Amino acid sequence: MRPESIAEMPRVQAPAVRPRERDEAAAVSTDVRLRAEHVTVHYGARPAVEDVTLNVYHRAVTAIIGPSGCGKSTLIRVFNRMNDLIPGARSAGRVEMDGVDILGPDVDLVRLRRHVGMVFQKPNPFPMSIYDNIAYGPRQHGVRRKSQLDEIVESSLRRAALYDEVQDRLKKSAMGISGGQQQRLCIARALAVEPSVILMDEPCSALDPIATLKIEDLMRDLARDYTIVIVTHNMQQAARVSDYTAFMLSGEERTGRLIEFGLTETLFTTPRDKRTEEYITGRFG
Amino acid sequence: MTRALFDRQLREMQDDVLIMSSMVEKALQRSVESLRTRDIAISNAVVEDDLAINKKRYEIEEKCIHTMALQQPMAADLRVLVAVLFIATELERIADHAEGIARINLMMGEEPLPAALNEIWEMGDRAGDMLRRAITSFIERDAEAARLICDEDDVVDSLYDGAYNRIIHMMISEPSDVQRLTYLIWTSHNLERIADRVTNVCERVIFMVTGVLEEINVSRY
Repeated sequence: MRPESIAEMPRVQAPAVRPRERDEAAAVSTDVRLRAEHVTVHYGARPAVEDVTLNVYHRAVTAIIGPSGCGKSTLIRVFNRMNDLIPGARSAGRVEMDGVDILGPDVDLVRLRRHVGMVFQKPNPFPMSIYDNIAYGPRQHGVRRKSQLDEIVESSLRRAALYDEVQDRLKKSAMGISGGQQQRLCIARALAVEPSVILMDEPCSALDPIATLKIEDLMRDLARDYTIVIVTHNMQQAARVSDYTAFMLSGEERTGRLIEFGLTETLFTTPRDKRTEEYITGRFG
Repeated sequence: MTRALFDRQLREMQDDVLIMSSMVEKALQRSVESLRTRDIAISNAVVEDDLAINKKRYEIEEKCIHTMALQQPMAADLRVLVAVLFIATELERIADHAEGIARINLMMGEEPLPAALNEIWEMGDRAGDMLRRAITSFIERDAEAARLICDEDDVVDSLYDGAYNRIIHMMISEPSDVQRLTYLIWTSHNLERIADRVTNVCERVIFMVTGVLEEINVSRY
């Protein structure tokens, strides 16, 4: 039978392509490690960070970005109470970790900082051997047996992707290795006390591009087992390494606020807030 | 306002899309017209001008890639560049379909048109109009206008159905005309594809404005 009209002919109807849902596309952890609620930090009378509420997820990298003076470093230092070392600084609000408010008065800061390690802007190895740099923390926590220390040193250096480069000079001074290696040594040193969270405040700002990429690779590796929070000025770096991004901004009164927080993929492609858009497209200021 | 150079580059790229779209629109309009009036000279011109359109597409593509590499665009800027990249490709393909129509006219040689099919001329007019408005929606960042244009593809599809049916019936009643009538089927198919590609352009406009990639109107063909 000849079809009477084209309308009777079989048609191939292509299924409409559904765009992938962003949240399901990104296989990103949603297991909350740290929950900051209404965190405000004062330096003297001035609030440096005000009313920040955000979740930091385990086995993920969270980047905090924003212009200078927006309170990024102040916020990251809340997570291991490093602000306590600054005279006149006080934190309000709540940061929950394992059901405990780490801002509470009874928190053992040595224990907290063992669980929440930190790596700083400039590599700061101790003026001692590579081995002793790594063994320093475990020794402080009571590890004495040489075989156990050897094992910790090797595994920490391996996890920081440094072991192959320094294995034949473990007893030499840590000051003699390159800046990038020193920074990885500092990461290894943080890992040696078996933290679950690693805070990194501008960890690559003193490094060349190759050393920077090595640290970035390392962050991605470490994110398989740890919670990583990084403060960075480098937006491309935040886009490359992080799963979640928090954008902070301060007004003329220099009080930093969280403007937007979300999956990095979303924040860098379709930010919700106009100020985020202006900042990440370089039209800020 | 910072990033003056980058903003100028983005504006220039937008202008390039506008220039290219006017070249493509002209090719489309002239190809259909040359077939309707059996004007060989105009068809030859359409085929010849297609080279300039291809060149323009590569020029836009190259600018996009350079800008992406050197300016590291983010968010809305990145979406504009990605949209430009895709729109330039779609425009180039639309021009290829127009060139195809011109070549059909050339293939028909001295033979007169086997039949005057209003559906075909109307498809040409509508596709051209959709294209013009799609580019306007790009310039004006108007996702809503782009979405409405996508709906019009159904009208072009219906015109194609009508043309196809009529041509098939003509073929049955006048088998000696089958070859020339086949040219008209090809022509209407080219026009139907042009309208589809205009909806692709519109999808990119919607993506550019909203950040959402979606297929708006699935063509029946």
